[in-house]
Amino acid sequence: MSFEIPDDRRYLESHEWALETDGTVRVGISDFAQDELGDVVFVELPDEGDTVTQETEFGVVESIKAVSDLYAPVSGEVTAVNDDLFDAPELVNDDPFGDGWMLEIEADDASELDDLLTADEYEDQIA
Amino acid sequence: MPLQTPPLRGLHDERGAKFTEFGGWDMPVEFDSIRTEHAAVREAVGIFDVSHMGQIHVTGPDATELMQRLTTNDVSRLAVGDSQYAAITDEDGLIIDDTVVYRLPNETDEGARTDEDGEPTYLFVPNAGTDESTHERWITYRNEWDLEATVDNRTDEYAMFAVQGPDAAELVDDATAESITALDRFEAQYATVDGVDCWIARTGYTGEDGFELIVPWSEAEHVWSLFDCQPCGLGARDTLRIEAGLLLAGQDFDRESDPRTPYEAGIGFTVALETEFVGRDALAELEREGVEEKLVGFQLIDRGVPRHGYDITNTDSRVIGTVTSGTMSPSLEHPIGLGYVPVEYAEPGTTLQVVVRGQSKKARVETTPFIDTV
Repeated sequence: MSFEIPDDRRYLESHEWALETDGTVRVGISDFAQDELGDVVFVELPDEGDTVTQETEFGVVESIKAVSDLYAPVSGEVTAVNDDLFDAPELVNDDPFGDGWMLEIEADDASELDDLLTADEYEDQIA
Repeated sequence: MPLQTPPLRGLHDERGAKFTEFGGWDMPVEFDSIRTEHAAVREAVGIFDVSHMGQIHVTGPDATELMQRLTTNDVSRLAVGDSQYAAITDEDGLIIDDTVVYRLPNETDEGARTDEDGEPTYLFVPNAGTDESTHERWITYRNEWDLEATVDNRTDEYAMFAVQGPDAAELVDDATAESITALDRFEAQYATVDGVDCWIARTGYTGEDGFELIVPWSEAEHVWSLFDCQPCGLGARDTLRIEAGLLLAGQDFDRESDPRTPYEAGIGFTVALETEFVGRDALAELEREGVEEKLVGFQLIDRGVPRHGYDITNTDSRVIGTVTSGTMSPSLEHPIGLGYVPVEYAEPGTTLQVVVRGQSKKARVETTPFIDTV
């Protein structure tokens, strides 16, 4: 089975993606991760204004069969949370790189993204 | 120790199933999505490969007595073609396993089937991974009690499929040479499916109408392929059985980590105290005195998903119990679970809390089953 892995963003080994635009980093989980989890039924996210730290937990995604922690790709302040996921967590399954996004972080240091995997490196990891 | 594989492991793999270890077996957990498979069973029909379930045959002049003394229900009530749900308990009345006992047509000395003469024959279905220890238990007690009965573990000889859902009767009837629609719940018969001799029972573990087919291992692929419906994995089986308030061995009772009696587990209806069986005296005493804890169903009112092992507290945040099973109910679209609590908290409507990753979430005791069942 092949999975979508857009090359406009970076990836964590724990399957989150990070897309940077002008210092703001949008975060979600990969197509592979949503497929592994199965039907997503609940997402627990921080509030706007909270701070997160690179590679530490910021929330939880739960499917019918599993619970999985979510890890921040960069350190910074949460500037937006995808409220749509509270009523429609299945967006994570339906559109993991689009409408299923989770957070936006104002990065303290956007160069932290360089620590993360490229699309090619992530593809190798899940192969 | 390598995992045991069901006869259709390769076929499931080709179909794109995901697998999980369950009771020492490598079983499909999901084919398409749990939600899709769950909905198929509630609204139409789905088929499960449950070949990990044990198959033990007991026959001989003392077969009825052996079954009577090792299961909690009253085996003597079973006519040929009947089945009953029962518990297997230890001397203290604690559940070792739960099972369905089928009365097969009697066997003559020549091996022919008959409803009248010949030796009584039973088939019972212990849970995955317990067939060997259960077989040993039957042999040990048979020898101790000096009973004349043959006990065969035939788990490796038979596959088992569960065809479940409101359209199951029509689908199974179309597949069998003999009509099976006259079977009532918990009745069974032999019928041929494209020439293959199968034991077909109107049983299942989903809360829906449905049938379980016990099929010779060598014919499993052929018979499976005749059922054109949604294949379902153990993931959907779990959400379906929680909604139906049914127990999962190793989770809602576990002889090692959380031993429970049938009365605590809500299956007191399987206990026939008028019969003699291992654990009977302990259960008779408990039936007189009453239980201190009971398995209850609950709905989580706050956001979150209850999971096996989470603490249940009262509204003062004192831990009073543990979640044994939990899920986001695909049919009800809210989180539900099962767990043991002291009887004073067991009344439907009682407010409880479930501790989800350190946070107390409001819950309410509900009547089970959570959904209408057959």
